[in-house]
Amino acid sequence: MALTSTTNDATQIIKVHCDRIDAAMAIQFKENMRGEAEGGAPRVVLDLTNVEFIDSSGLGAIVASMKQLGSDRRLDLAGLQPFVEKVFRLTRMDTVFKLYPTLDDALSAATD
Amino acid sequence: MQTGKCLDLSFLATQSKASAGVARISQDLEAQGLPAPWAGDVKIALAEAINNVVEHAYAGLTPAEVEIRCQLHKTWLDVLITDTGNPLPGLCIPDGILAPLGSTLSELPEGGFGWFLIHELTSEIRYERSNGRNRLSLRFDFVQTV
Repeated sequence: MALTSTTNDATQIIKVHCDRIDAAMAIQFKENMRGEAEGGAPRVVLDLTNVEFIDSSGLGAIVASMKQLGSDRRLDLAGLQPFVEKVFRLTRMDTVFKLYPTLDDALSAATD
Repeated sequence: MQTGKCLDLSFLATQSKASAGVARISQDLEAQGLPAPWAGDVKIALAEAINNVVEHAYAGLTPAEVEIRCQLHKTWLDVLITDTGNPLPGLCIPDGILAPLGSTLSELPEGGFGWFLIHELTSEIRYERSNGRNRLSLRFDFVQTV
């Protein structure tokens, strides 16, 4: 599960270089997210542009990643393909995360 | 009796084989004419059902084969998933009720989405245990939902 990270001002962007986040890679994803995000900016944007498929284990791993950040930092999601967005919507996780259609949308959005 | 187009696949019930197997059968179904709007729904319901086999039916057992048999008709798809693992608890299909989201970060559920998604995305679910085998049937009707 390859992740790369860049930081702009107060936002850390973590990009997923994999076409699926499923049960076979959920644990690895969670561990790599912990490593990438450690000590980073208060706002983390997870760029999911490359992700075509996510299942409930992958969804759980993203929720766990947000919890790992603690209450002082936040995790926003960008670049959701329609199917990935549908999984968030069905499970009502679209009410928990801020979802942006593209990374640019996420970066230009007010960060509160 | 109408049989539709048949697609069969079996693989060892491990996470990596299941991940590849779901990707493969989804591709084959699309190539056989599974309508695009349902391709994503079918893929996730299959992934969740097969994850359950890998993680629960074969929990504590040596993984054996899981068999997928698809019959694709013009307006519906039947999928039969068979395994020789442990039966579903109480021989019942779990309700699949979404856990409450809670009001704080630490209360957010990290799981329990699987059966909920299967119920949401299928038209009918049937389960049967016979001769030491689990037989889970999922039906997808290709009708527009509002």
